[in-house]
Amino acid sequence: MSDQGHFDEMYGRTDEVRGPYRDLNGWFEGEAPARLRAKQREAEELFRLTGITFNVYGRDEAEERLIPFDIIPRIMSGAEWRKLCRGIEQRVRAINQFLYDIYHRQEIIRAGRIPAEMIERNEAFLPQMCGVSPPGGIYTHIVGTDLVRTGEDQFYVLEDNARTPSGVSYMLENRETMLQMFPELFAQNRVRPVSNYPMDLCRSLASCAPQATTGTPTVAVLTPGIFNSAYFEHAFLADQMGVELVEGHDLRIIDGRVAMRTTCGYQPIDVLYRRVDDDYLDPLNFRPDSQLGVPGIMDIYRAGGITIANAPGTGIADDKAIYSYMPDIVEFYTGERPLLENVPTWRCAEPDAFAYVREHLHELVVKEVHGSGGYGMLVGPTSTKKDIAAFRKKFEARPSNYIAQPTLSLSTVPIFNRAGLTPRHVDLRPFVQVSPQGINITPGGLTRVALKKGSLVVNSSQGGGTKDTWVLED
Amino acid sequence: MLGRTANGLFWMYRYLERAENTSRLIETGQRIALTRSGVSDDEWRPVLQSAGVASAYDTLHDTLTRDQAVDWMLRSSENGSSVMSTVSAARHNARQVRTALTEEVWEATNGAYMEVKSLLARKVTDRDLPEVLGKIRQRTALVRGATHGTMMRNDIYDFVRLGTFLERADNTARILDVKYYVLLPSAMSVGSSIDNVQWDSILSSVSARGGFRMAFGNTGGPRDIAEFLILDRRMPRSLAFCVGKILDNLGYLINDYGFRGEAIEHAEALAENCVTTDIDAVFEVGLHEFLQDVLLRLGLLGQQIEIDYRFSE
Repeated sequence: MSDQGHFDEMYGRTDEVRGPYRDLNGWFEGEAPARLRAKQREAEELFRLTGITFNVYGRDEAEERLIPFDIIPRIMSGAEWRKLCRGIEQRVRAINQFLYDIYHRQEIIRAGRIPAEMIERNEAFLPQMCGVSPPGGIYTHIVGTDLVRTGEDQFYVLEDNARTPSGVSYMLENRETMLQMFPELFAQNRVRPVSNYPMDLCRSLASCAPQATTGTPTVAVLTPGIFNSAYFEHAFLADQMGVELVEGHDLRIIDGRVAMRTTCGYQPIDVLYRRVDDDYLDPLNFRPDSQLGVPGIMDIYRAGGITIANAPGTGIADDKAIYSYMPDIVEFYTGERPLLENVPTWRCAEPDAFAYVREHLHELVVKEVHGSGGYGMLVGPTSTKKDIAAFRKKFEARPSNYIAQPTLSLSTVPIFNRAGLTPRHVDLRPFVQVSPQGINITPGGLTRVALKKGSLVVNSSQGGGTKDTWVLED
Repeated sequence: MLGRTANGLFWMYRYLERAENTSRLIETGQRIALTRSGVSDDEWRPVLQSAGVASAYDTLHDTLTRDQAVDWMLRSSENGSSVMSTVSAARHNARQVRTALTEEVWEATNGAYMEVKSLLARKVTDRDLPEVLGKIRQRTALVRGATHGTMMRNDIYDFVRLGTFLERADNTARILDVKYYVLLPSAMSVGSSIDNVQWDSILSSVSARGGFRMAFGNTGGPRDIAEFLILDRRMPRSLAFCVGKILDNLGYLINDYGFRGEAIEHAEALAENCVTTDIDAVFEVGLHEFLQDVLLRLGLLGQQIEIDYRFSE
């Protein structure tokens, strides 16, 4: 069953079912494919009815689309999970320290570990944040670390997603769907629950309330609005946390606080979980044409009148150019060797790297430094000559806009389709909450799966699907 | 609650109510067309007027046929009050206020949208029309049922009810006003069978044929119909009933929020007009004049609710 060269998480490299998947395999063999097919359709119907959709930019007629859901869960043993968690925790701790340092004394630059221009010339660096200390010392309250696996013990961090990671609603809804459709599986397997995430998040956000707070902190979620691709998730999280979902035009500054317009007048907000990018957050301080933010919110933030999660300017930590320095960053702030590996990365701004990458486009993955969502990237080995030629033009015109990485042979997990179980490449995004009380990683996460055979691109905007992700109790 | 959320809820339920009323008007129009011989397509004009979509229709069409009228009211995207437009708008609003709705209400609304969209994907034939209209009403009833059965009785519910009853009162007043002349006392002397059909169509436009029979037996005349639809507090689509509910819900909001806006004054004035008067007084003012006054006041009341509760800035 395992594809040559790939590590399959169900069958390893040996065609012998790996431990965490044994019960699932037994169950699967006893199931009639026709029933499972019906279940797969039922799942889709459920998603459609609950309205779990995402909007795709630039597609008028299909404003909302479902992300395909595969019924075969991705399973990790407790031991595998604990090991991952140690690595993630270390990395997230380092990222917060890095952010504090970058916006204060910049010791890491003084120590010569990162060139000054990497920060100063970076669009994600916000000079407005210099000298600002966010409440509780937390910059990244919510992180979604993207991981890929290439072997039994080999994990790599692909991206740190420290700005506004999305996808957590799929983690929660995928589990709900599985519980509803296959209760028997949860009786056989001891799967750690993920459903506490929203309450944990609310508590974790409230614990970072600013000084100006009186009484129980008021938390709200800020969304760009109904046409944003992740609107469903914004509404879902606000609903599950029992807090208001606000838009920029609901808010205004009153008496040194950010307040929302309620049916009974303006009421101050203490902690704002914003799903609006830095650029759009405050037309007075950033993009003047933004309709999505709140004029003056940065001034209130700097004066300690509100907590913004994640803090403005955190993008400097998950920037793809900074990514290549992450091993140094982890070592510099924790004094430890990084537990999770980085994918080796060529910074194309450097002449030697550029020279190498331009000769090897056909075997590398090349990404835009500021890109996301799988847009504007090249996967050399699966691209046509024409694609590569077109990409080469953009790349050579602005090499500093790109990084390149070797094409990893991502692990596979089977999906259920007409042929039965068929291996497809996956990645994993666990969700991390950071508060003054510590770092909390929900056991599970979002498993994205490339539904096309051989494809390595798992992004939902590029035809990827999702799976429920299990961490077993052991 | 956010003012924007109150706005979204209020309009979501106005749109749902409007979708239901429009489908009922189409059903009535169809019924008249089928039960009367030699009827011309002109019969659809008062139907369009009752739905408040006649003038918009005229700016885009030169002729009026049954097919065009039905399509305009059911499917047209250029008609903001067509069933398709209002169900889409209701769902759009529901997405916007998703956090204020229960899962059941959201799913019922989303389900209504999905079914109506597929039912109205192409022109509806004569043969399919009754079934399609029935399904639309079932779907909106499902949303209402889920609302009734699962929503907390708090300020959220108050705005839901305010939207529902303001829209409904507006609708009943408009239906009466389009056909007011057949209800005038002078018309009684005519007493022809045409009037019976007209009276019947008024009652069926508000699903009140059975209710009216229950209240007045088979002897009820036009004066009774006017009284029933304006003043009868047992009739859930009468002006008195709707205004009573609006008063109740504004009252709950006042208790809940501890402040009294101006909307309640408007509602009280309306109640004075259509709850405490008797039908003779209505005819004395003039039925048409009375209804025009009610429609105007309903409009003002709606605007004042938006101001009192900060629907927008």
